[in-house]
Amino acid sequence: MKVLIKKGRIIDPINELDMVGDILIEDGRIKEVGENIEAFQAKVIQAEGCIVSPGLLDMHVHLREPGYEAQEDIESGTAAAASGGFTKVACMPNTDPPVDNAAVVRAILSRAHQVGSCGVLPIGCISKGQKGKELAEIGFMVEAGIVAISDDGKPVADSSLMRKAMQYAKAFDIPVISHCEDPSLSSGGVVNEGLISTELGLRGIPGAAEEIMVTRDIILAELTGARLHIAHVSTAGSVRLIREAKQRGVKVTCEAAPHHFTLTEEWVKDYDTNTKVNPPLRTIKDVEALIEGLADGTIDVIASDHAPHTVEAKSLEYDNAPFGISGLETMVPLVVSGLIDKGILSWTEALKKLTKAPADILKVPLSGIAKGSRADITVIDPNNSRIVDPASFKSKGKNTPFKGMELKGWPVLTICGGKITHSIFSDN
Amino acid sequence: MLSSKDLLGLKDISKEEIELILSTAEAMKEILFRDIKKVPTLRGKSMVCLFYEPSTRTRTSFELAGKYMSADTVNISTSTSSVVKGETLRDTGRTIEAMGIDLVVIRHSCSGAPHMLAEEISASVINAGDGMHEHPTQALLDMFTIKEKKGRIEGLEVAIIGDILHSRVARSNIWGLKKMGANIRVCGPMPLIPPNISDLGVRVCSSVEEAVEGADVINVLRIQRERQDKGFFPSLREYAKIYGIDREKLKGAKEDVLVIHPGPVNRGVEITSEVIESSCAAIEEQVTNGVAVRMALLYLLLQGGAKGEGAN
Repeated sequence: MKVLIKKGRIIDPINELDMVGDILIEDGRIKEVGENIEAFQAKVIQAEGCIVSPGLLDMHVHLREPGYEAQEDIESGTAAAASGGFTKVACMPNTDPPVDNAAVVRAILSRAHQVGSCGVLPIGCISKGQKGKELAEIGFMVEAGIVAISDDGKPVADSSLMRKAMQYAKAFDIPVISHCEDPSLSSGGVVNEGLISTELGLRGIPGAAEEIMVTRDIILAELTGARLHIAHVSTAGSVRLIREAKQRGVKVTCEAAPHHFTLTEEWVKDYDTNTKVNPPLRTIKDVEALIEGLADGTIDVIASDHAPHTVEAKSLEYDNAPFGISGLETMVPLVVSGLIDKGILSWTEALKKLTKAPADILKVPLSGIAKGSRADITVIDPNNSRIVDPASFKSKGKNTPFKGMELKGWPVLTICGGKITHSIFSDN
Repeated sequence: MLSSKDLLGLKDISKEEIELILSTAEAMKEILFRDIKKVPTLRGKSMVCLFYEPSTRTRTSFELAGKYMSADTVNISTSTSSVVKGETLRDTGRTIEAMGIDLVVIRHSCSGAPHMLAEEISASVINAGDGMHEHPTQALLDMFTIKEKKGRIEGLEVAIIGDILHSRVARSNIWGLKKMGANIRVCGPMPLIPPNISDLGVRVCSSVEEAVEGADVINVLRIQRERQDKGFFPSLREYAKIYGIDREKLKGAKEDVLVIHPGPVNRGVEITSEVIESSCAAIEEQVTNGVAVRMALLYLLLQGGAKGEGAN
C-alpha cells in the first residue's frame, strides 16, 4: 500500500526538520520526503494545516495483560495508543503475574505482535514479584526485550536493594524507572495533603512522600552512576530537586503526566473517583512548577501513565476506588491545548518530549522522517476541536476526569510500520 | 425550606437553613417532654438507618426521632468490609430504594459515601457521619445546645480541643459555627491538627491554655486509643495532662463557660469526671437535643417541602 501525505508541516525533532512538504510511504517505509511528490495509486492524505511528526512514544502505560484483562488488554490498549497518536508504548510490569521473568516478557511481545496496533516495549520488574526483597532476573529479561526496569506502583522501600538494582542495571545500560513514594508517609492517602484533604476528610499524601524518594534515588544514582528516570513528577519540590541534580551532572531524567500539569486538587471536590490518581493531583503551585520544568527542559518527557480501570471499580467510595486515569487518548490534545497553544512549548520542543527524548532514555532506535526509515508517523490537526467523550475511547478504561472538556489538537492519522492504525480521513 | 433533598454536610448549606433547622428543633423538643411522645406527622413515611460503622447513640437517636414522629424505621448495620467484597453501596442504595423508602440515614467509614448514595437514589439522604468528613447532625445539636444555653451563637468564642485531624465532628462544627458568626480556635497535639486548617478561618492554638482563654464554649473531642498506637501522641497520660480539660484549665475561660462533648466520653483522658459532673457541662442535654434536631430534620426533609428536582 502506498500513502502520500500532502502539504503537512513536517516537524521532526530527530532529524531537526521543520518544513512544509509531502511524504510518500511505500511497503512500510518512507520512500520520499520533499515537495510536490506525485504518486500513482497512492492513498492521498491532504494534511494542509496539520503537523506531521515521527510516530509518538508513550513511555509509561499500563496494558494490564496478563491478568487484568477486564481493565485493558494488549489489543485494546494498543488500539487506544494508535487512536491517541502513538506508534510505540512502554508498558509497566504490574500485571498478574508481574513481568519479573523472561517468559512473561516474551508472552507480551508475542501477543503484541499478533494483536497490537503499535509497538510494545516491555518494562521489567526490579524485584521478584514486585515485592522489594530480591532482584528479578533482569539479565534474562533484557535478553527477552525489556527496555527498562521498575517496580512501578510498589516503590522499592529498601535503599540497599535500590542501590543494587541501579548497579546491576548499569551494566545492561537500561534505565531504572522510579515511582517515587515513601510508603510510610503516603500510607492510606488518597489525595494531596492540604486544604482539600482537610475539607473533604480524605487522607492526604504529602508532597514530601515523593520528594524524599526523589532525593534518595538521585543520591543513589550519583553513587552508582546508573541512569535514573523518575516517573510522573508531581510536585514543585521534585522539579527543583531534579533540576539541581541535572546541574550537578547526575544521570537523571524525568517525565510528567498531562493530568498533573493540567489539573489541581480542586478537581477532587464532589469525590469524583476519576480524579483519584497516584501521585495525586496537587496544587496550582505544583502545576506551575511542572510547566516551568517542561519549559526549561528539566522535565524531559511527557508520558500518560495510562491506567485503565473498570467502571465498577471506579464506582466505589473514593477510599476504595483504584488509582489511575485512562490517559492515552487525551494526551496529545492536552499537550496541544495546555502547552503549545499557550506558548509554553514550541511544536518541536513538545514533540521531542513525545519522541526523541523517551526513545533516547529507553535506547530505542528512532530514525524519524527520513528516506528509508520505518514509516511511523503521527499527524495532528492543531485546529481540530472536540469534546472528550470516554464512550468513544478504544481503551476499555473510560476513567477520565477530562470527560466533557473541549480540547484542541487531536491526532487525525497514525501510521505504524506503513499501516494506517488510526485515521479520521475518509477513504478515497 | 431546605434547598436540597439531602443533608450531606454543613459546608454546603446556608445560615438561613441552619436557623430553620434549629428553630424547628425547638418545637420538636417540646414533644420529648410530653407524656405520650408520639405525633402522627410522618405516618406512612419510612426511613432506613444504614450504618456501616458501629454506633449506638447516633443510630438510636435517629431511630427514636423517626418513631416519635410515627415514621416506620428500619436499621441495617453492616461492616464496611462486606461492602468491598459484596454488594456496592450504590447497589445497596438502589435495593432499599426499590423497597419504597423515603429517607436513608447513612454512617460510613469512607468520606464522601453519603454524597455518592445521594447521587444514586432519589430518596433523601442524611449523613450520620462519613469518615473524617462531616457529621452535620452532631454539629447541629451542638449549635442547638449552645444557642439554648447562651441565647446566641454569633460573636461567641468557641474552642474545639482534641483530635481535629480525624474528626468529622470538628469539621461540621467549624462550617456551621463559622456560618453562624462564632469565632473558633482549635487545639490538640500538632500531628492531630489537619494541614491548612487555618484556611477555613479558625485559629490554631499551640496550648490548651491559649485556646481556652476567654472562651464561651469548649467542645471537647473524644480521643481514640488507636491514635496513640499510630504514634500521633506519646501516651494517654501525657495527653490527659497536657490536653485534657480539667478544672485548672477552665480557669482562663469565661466564668459561665459551656463545656460540650460529642460522646462517648473517656473519663480522665480528654476530660475529667469533675468537669463532666459540673454545672458548666451539658453532655446529657446534648443527647436530648440530638433527638430534637433529628426530628426537625426528618420533618423538614420528609414534610417540609424540601426538594427540588435534582437539587442535591
